[in-house]
Amino acid sequence: MSFISYLINGVSLGSVYAIIALGYTMVYGIAKMLNFAHGDVIMVGGFAVFTIVSTLGLPPILGILIAVVICTALGMAIERVAYKPLRNASSPLAVLITAIGVSYLLQNVALLIFGANTKSFTSVVAISPLKLADGQLIISGETIVTIIAGIIVMICLTLFVNKSKAGQAMLAVSEDKGAAQLMGINVNGTIALTFAIGSALAAVAGVLLCSAYPSLTPYTGAMPGIKAFVAAVFGGIGSIPGAMIGGILLGIIEILGKAYISSQMADAIVFAVLIIVLLVKPTGILGKNIQEKV
Amino acid sequence: MKKFNKIMSVVMASAVTAALFAGCGNADEKTPAADSSSEANNAEQETEAADDTASASGVFKIGGIGPTTGSAAVYGIAVQNAAQLAVDEINAAGGINGVPIEFKFEDDECDAEKSVNAYNTLKDWGMQMLMGTVTSGCSVAVAEKTAEDNMFQLTPSGSSVDCVKYDNAFRVCFSDPNQGAASALYIGENAVASKIAVIYDSSDIYSSGIYEKFVTEAANQPFEIVSAEAFTADNKTDFSVQLQKAKDAGAELVFLPIYYTEASLILSQASTMGYAPIFFGCDGLDGILNVENFDTSLAEGVMLLTPFAADAEDELTQNFVTAYKEKFGDTPNQFAADAYDAIYAIKAAGEKAGITPDMDMSAMCEAMKGAMPEITLDGLTGIGMTWDASGEPNKAPKAVKITDGVYTAM
Repeated sequence: MSFISYLINGVSLGSVYAIIALGYTMVYGIAKMLNFAHGDVIMVGGFAVFTIVSTLGLPPILGILIAVVICTALGMAIERVAYKPLRNASSPLAVLITAIGVSYLLQNVALLIFGANTKSFTSVVAISPLKLADGQLIISGETIVTIIAGIIVMICLTLFVNKSKAGQAMLAVSEDKGAAQLMGINVNGTIALTFAIGSALAAVAGVLLCSAYPSLTPYTGAMPGIKAFVAAVFGGIGSIPGAMIGGILLGIIEILGKAYISSQMADAIVFAVLIIVLLVKPTGILGKNIQEKV
Repeated sequence: MKKFNKIMSVVMASAVTAALFAGCGNADEKTPAADSSSEANNAEQETEAADDTASASGVFKIGGIGPTTGSAAVYGIAVQNAAQLAVDEINAAGGINGVPIEFKFEDDECDAEKSVNAYNTLKDWGMQMLMGTVTSGCSVAVAEKTAEDNMFQLTPSGSSVDCVKYDNAFRVCFSDPNQGAASALYIGENAVASKIAVIYDSSDIYSSGIYEKFVTEAANQPFEIVSAEAFTADNKTDFSVQLQKAKDAGAELVFLPIYYTEASLILSQASTMGYAPIFFGCDGLDGILNVENFDTSLAEGVMLLTPFAADAEDELTQNFVTAYKEKFGDTPNQFAADAYDAIYAIKAAGEKAGITPDMDMSAMCEAMKGAMPEITLDGLTGIGMTWDASGEPNKAPKAVKITDGVYTAM
């Protein structure tokens, strides 16, 4: 029974990683850059909801909507100010370093505004825990909502990318930026849209993360951000289903590793898995093996 | 060599220039005043100068360091407030050996590096004795510096063993090992539970220190440790596994030798999964009721090994609590009590040693070091407290329970 309980917790944690990883993977697939500030956009989402719901006393749904709007605007602003001017920089490292800079900037601004004191986040999920097998197995409302949200997000995103015009434009830009531009696709607009979607997902992830683990500090997003990056690489960076599978597997590995190997080695296990995957299958589980043409 | 000569010549030149300027200044002062107004100015300057020297030699400068912001801010603020309260009381009653105390507190955000910076800032200010630091990690880092400078250091709450490893450092609280052993003793003697789980932070010196001694002492006690799970600083939000294991092992009591931030998460996750054992912690849990937006009903029934309960009925505690509430609008926690006792311990030892403000830092430290093991203090955290030359206090352990959102003496 406890195995099932671990498994469910793993899927729940994994769903949060997966939603964050989707943001990483989309941005990488289309802009070919690692947005290391993504984890901190999650934290901004968390603080937005915290301020709206706990401090201003507005209903959680409104809080989530406003947080999504704030994070979307923030993501687009970051892209416009920090990344776009560097898109044609001679070294791809320039934009990577900028992303790390933006990450620290967001953390420190949050530190200035909200202070370093831990805030206890009030869960926005009002569903009571599900009791199965005579109370032996208890699944929290947050877990249920997180898993369902993860599935919905993945389905919507896949449909959006494959069926809508904007989604097709994203695919085209990810295939070949130059050719897409020649075909009349607005490349800058498409990249901005990608950041907007990624950041909106970050807001959702922030709410879910803080609801499941109700502690909020300016550094809340940093570690989940890195884990989600691992998940994205694990599943095959650039691939939407890959990010989902990578995230959920990573969550399960982390929880089961904690339970059956060693609770203090959880992070070591997670990163060891990354190394093994990269050694065996460098493109990740669902990554395409692209041959460099000379 | 050539370079050296160049540097030397620059240094010499600037020294000469400085000397010239200094000469100018002196000459100016010595010139008899031409008119009355400048005479008045001079007189004013002289009085000011006299005042300066008086204040430099007329007060004991005691510094304090602790986190007044950050994850352990509850501790630092309590220490700062209570120490100030004690200083004000002592000053109102005539000071140490008739000399008032000046107290200055610096924030270190519970970061060892910032703590050392704070120490240097206070030294620039002219600190003669240090009451700090508040948390263990910082205290160990600063102890290296105070030992180097031979500055007297009394930490109110730095509980890790290494905080007092040099002979210039003393503490008011129990050491970590002693807290671990005292907790095991308390649980065993009072038959609180028979099956015990432990969740501790293996990346934290405070937490793992208590855990090790707890396990050692538990061998002599009538209870059994059925589960011992760790977490690390990078993985401290999800405790579902540790709690599930404790639950599966049938633990009636979960021992939490950790800080309140993580403990608040553990309490809320345990409640979500429908697990309600007794939670027992050490001084690190103190402050859990002050976590912003935390549902304090979750902490109902949590037990803490602590030397201080604000609702104790003795006169000393009651006076302290009333004064503290009046001044800061909050109920003092044990860190406040530790700090209050620390200032009074400095006073007692200072009087025993007969220190004067004109002594240099090192001589004062030697005198205080000799006096500390000779004093007996009836403080908030223990009656008849004494100290070893090693820096450890001797006093009886006590526990409190959280009932209706407040600490209640047991």
